Amino acid sequence: MNEQNYENIEKLLKKAAAPVNPELQRDLWPHMLRRLEERQAGVPWFDWALLGLLILWLVISPRAIPVLLYHL
Amino acid sequence: MEVLEQPTELLEQFAHGELDAFESLFRQFQSQVYGWIIRIVREPGVAEDLTIETFWRIYRARARFDPARSFGAWARRIATNVALDHLKSGYAKAASSETSLSDDSSRVVPLDPGIRRDIRERTEHAFRHLPAKLRLVATLALIEERPYKEIAEGLNISEGAVKTRVFRALRLLRKRLHQLGVEP
Repeated sequence: MNEQNYENIEKLLKKAAAPVNPELQRDLWPHMLRRLEERQAGVPWFDWALLGLLILWLVISPRAIPVLLYHL
Repeated sequence: MEVLEQPTELLEQFAHGELDAFESLFRQFQSQVYGWIIRIVREPGVAEDLTIETFWRIYRARARFDPARSFGAWARRIATNVALDHLKSGYAKAASSETSLSDDSSRVVPLDPGIRRDIRERTEHAFRHLPAKLRLVATLALIEERPYKEIAEGLNISEGAVKTRVFRALRLLRKRLHQLGVEP
């Protein structure tokens, strides 16, 4: 590809694209805070997995219940 | 994007998960991160969402952040990845079939009248169908005229790799424009 081609495509692209305003129009912190609160309120999947394993363990060996209670 | 340096103490507090430190960094860097993302995705609403997503990833990765390094440069790399994920996503493809390089309702600068509508549409079509990695680099280098060094830092690649991607984007564009009957 010659240099002229390169420049012509570049010019074409610039003409086809409208400039954007890079300035942020509002403070996004309130949205960020909401996102943090939403995510923190949810229980992670691995916590559910651990709970499931614990229940399974107790079903399989009910004798473990007193041991577990002793350690709590 | 200018990279501001932060006091190490603030960065250490952030790395330890202190919300006040994160808020302080968010308020200082949100404009820069947004300014970087909008140049790539070119839609203000999407850019705001992706700015939030960027800071969410930053917050989640806080324990891995080294306070001795530049927060701004780290944030820019994450922002670039977030924008790239967006360009790769099906949402971006669907959106781009309705919106385009020039379809931005909040823009203040009018479209260039020195280009025919059909030529503009075919150019946009060819550009939209570039692979996301090439589109990102071509947008920043050719449309936004950002320095190769800045693009390389944002993508965590060498300047040589940026030049290669720009060249590949131009070559693909020329081929697709030719197929669409546009001879640049």
